[in-house]
Amino acid sequence: MDSVGNIIVYFVVAIVMVVFSFKAVTTGKILRAATYLLFVLLGTAVFYFQLGYQFLGAVQIAVYAGGIMVLFVFAILLTHRPDDSSGRIGSHRRQIGLTLSGVSAVLLLLALFYMPVLNGVSLAESLQAGNEITMHEIGEVFTGSGRFQYLLPFEAISVLLLACIIGGVTVARKN
Amino acid sequence: MDLSMLWYLVPSVVMLACGIYGFVTRKNLIAILISLELMLNSADLNFIVFNRFLFPGSMDGMVFTLFAIAIAAAETAIAIALIINIYRAIGNTDITEINKMKF
Amino acid sequence: MDITLPILILAIPITMFLVLGIGGVKMSKKMAGILGIIGMGTTATIAYTVAITYFFSGDANFIIDGVRQQYQVFDFTWLSFTDTLVVKLGFLLDPISAMMLVVITTISFMVHLYSWGYMEGEQGFQRYYAFLSLFSFSMLGLVVATNIFQMYIFWELVGVSSYLLIGFYYKLPSAVSASKKAFIVTRFADLGFLIGILLLSFYTDTFNFMDLTSNPERVLASTGGASFMGASVLTWAMVLIFTGGMGKSAMMPLHIWLPDAMEGPTPVSALIHAATMVVAGVYLVARMFPVYCVVDAAMTFICCVGAITAFYAAVVACAQIDIKRILAFSTISQIAFMMVSLGVAYDKPIEGVHYSGLGYMAGMFHLFTHAMFKALLFLGAGALIHAVHSNNYTAMGGLRKYMPITHWTFLIGCLAIAGIWPFAGFFSKDEMLAAMFARHWFWGAWMTMVAGLTAFYMFRMYFLVFWWEENPHYKEHKPHDAPWQMSVPLLFLAAVSCVCGWALPFGELVTWNGEPYHIHIEWVKVAIPSILTACVAIALAYVMYHKKNDLPTKVKNFWPTLWTAANRRFYWDEIYMFITHKIIFNIICKSIAWFDRHVIDATMDGFAKITQKASYAIRGMQAGTIQAYVAWYLAGAVALAAITWICLI
Repeated sequence: MDSVGNIIVYFVVAIVMVVFSFKAVTTGKILRAATYLLFVLLGTAVFYFQLGYQFLGAVQIAVYAGGIMVLFVFAILLTHRPDDSSGRIGSHRRQIGLTLSGVSAVLLLLALFYMPVLNGVSLAESLQAGNEITMHEIGEVFTGSGRFQYLLPFEAISVLLLACIIGGVTVARKN
Repeated sequence: MDLSMLWYLVPSVVMLACGIYGFVTRKNLIAILISLELMLNSADLNFIVFNRFLFPGSMDGMVFTLFAIAIAAAETAIAIALIINIYRAIGNTDITEINKMKF
Repeated sequence: MDITLPILILAIPITMFLVLGIGGVKMSKKMAGILGIIGMGTTATIAYTVAITYFFSGDANFIIDGVRQQYQVFDFTWLSFTDTLVVKLGFLLDPISAMMLVVITTISFMVHLYSWGYMEGEQGFQRYYAFLSLFSFSMLGLVVATNIFQMYIFWELVGVSSYLLIGFYYKLPSAVSASKKAFIVTRFADLGFLIGILLLSFYTDTFNFMDLTSNPERVLASTGGASFMGASVLTWAMVLIFTGGMGKSAMMPLHIWLPDAMEGPTPVSALIHAATMVVAGVYLVARMFPVYCVVDAAMTFICCVGAITAFYAAVVACAQIDIKRILAFSTISQIAFMMVSLGVAYDKPIEGVHYSGLGYMAGMFHLFTHAMFKALLFLGAGALIHAVHSNNYTAMGGLRKYMPITHWTFLIGCLAIAGIWPFAGFFSKDEMLAAMFARHWFWGAWMTMVAGLTAFYMFRMYFLVFWWEENPHYKEHKPHDAPWQMSVPLLFLAAVSCVCGWALPFGELVTWNGEPYHIHIEWVKVAIPSILTACVAIALAYVMYHKKNDLPTKVKNFWPTLWTAANRRFYWDEIYMFITHKIIFNIICKSIAWFDRHVIDATMDGFAKITQKASYAIRGMQAGTIQAYVAWYLAGAVALAAITWICLI
């Protein structure tokens, strides 16, 4: 049995995420879309906290909601006037988009509701089953080369980020 | 009332569907990128949920999500650099105008 | 014997070919010529050394109890397809290959030297020398082949070099078509050769000449009496192998390429189309001689083909205008002479007279002498052409005062080929006729008549070129003797033609079984009649042609149809044209072309059209719109997911 507080938080966040997801892809103004995306990302971060992944929630807020969103806003302000609004979506496009998203959503939801395993465990039980994740553990996961340890991908990611910095600069630089 | 996996997966599905819709319908490159982030975010959420409810003892889902976030950051940075470059070249960021190999 | 020298005989010409062929454009003409001459001179020296060592050293490898042996200097495996089917490359020394080494390198060296003067100022001088080297290499490889497959490979290589040299003036359409004709006709004949090789080696399990010829009874036995269309398989094999020889040696009916091959430079005609390559057929028969001996039908076939060709070519040569064509037909006739001589040879003593294989010795002797005096005649003709810039005797006449060296050497050549004592041709021809008379009086009489015709047409040409009447054009353009590079070979070959008949103990050196044979001339039965025939023919030619008169015209008008027919070579080319163009092209090729165009091409066109239509139909999907791609991708993913799910349920 989960606490009422948790359930209330869940509902608030879920509703916010669903609504702002819709708004983010339907609004005509691009800056607003970015703002709505920010809310969705923050909602996701709240879910992470609720599920017991504090470090991940912090990363989500810092990198995603912080860093990436700032990039978005910069890009938008560089390429649009503030009151720009994208043109109306053609009905043909809308139909294709609605069909595709509708069909995949229906398929996934059907799959969800047919799977008994998904309703088996409550959040409280699973939180109790797992230990609290400490920073020490996270550090070990990223710096070990044993089983379920990820030193190599970690290094690869660092190289990727470096390449990305250089690439970003090269591409965006005025020649 | 229990908060089971299903509860968390439904918003994730909604996010994914919205992402698909936005990706296919929007013409603005940045809006498309935003839709992409939505889809990515829903995948991240799935990782975490499955990790928490099905394999509470391990933390692989979280690690994958961390990697995904890092890669998303990299991808966004490059994509935005490209978009800015395209904007310089053709004066807007409309995807329907970018269908030639070289301009 | 050390293998260094034999290897060098082959290695120097091929190296010269590569050096001149690749580096020729970078070097001056003089440089290329000197390189070629030095290369060939070295090869000739080495070949002489090898031949002299073989004949006179008395080494146990070469001669045992006075019997000359066949000796494989080396024989390494080149391609081994299966355990039994192994192609080797080697160097076989025996009397005929040693003799051929001398002939080829001598003539080739003379031609190299002569060409330096003759080809001066020609475009592609370096290329010419490169091809000459290639030819020398191929021909030397051919004569020293240890097995029939190696011979076939070099056989094709000489064909290629002949093709390249006939088509040397590749800007002349006639030269191009002549080279194609030569290549196609000989290639066609070589198909028979190849089938013959396969038949023979299939039954005997060997390509090696020594295995084949050392025990012909085994070859005969190994076919096990198998027969095809009424003739034994061995007969077929040997006749088919001879077909290859017919193609190369221009026997009827495959002779049509040789007269046209005169489109090539004259020294090339002297080297390839008179002295060396065209006798490859004779050489082939000589090489396989012991096997031919056990196949009577093939021997008779060789005799008949040779006899008919000899007579035909001699008649045609009497009615030609182009001096090179006369010489070409003369070559055909003389080669046919050698063929008959080989054909009548047999290895059994008859009625106590030791004629065993006399025809073989005589044929090889004539091959040797003919190579010398025919090369001399061709080189002399080259000098004439060089002087008057025309191939036809109508542009010549009375040249004896202007070109004394050419005149005298040419006369020696004519006397030699006519068989007048003591010139080279007399001795070899006498031996051949003796061999023919020994077989049957008919062969002897027939070939004596051909010999008479030979004397007639040669002296017809001689008188028309050097006597008759002075051509009025000489006043504008005075002909003169050739430069020293051309005169030296003429003089050398003339000297050889004078002495090699009586000075060279040929019978002691080259016989079919290696045992020495002492040549003695049968004056009464053979020599006197043949000399008399030749003298009568020369006298006739003298009466008709030594100064301008209307006797030739009268003779011509006596039976104009015959003259025209002979002049047109009895319409062989027309017959070939009719067969190829009217029958093969029209009936067979046209239907094949129709099938190709309307069935095979149409199928391919159909595929192309379907592909084109389909791509037009779906090209909208590749319009470069990312969102369309994503939409399709997602649709596919959704469909896959749905299918998977349905299957799982």
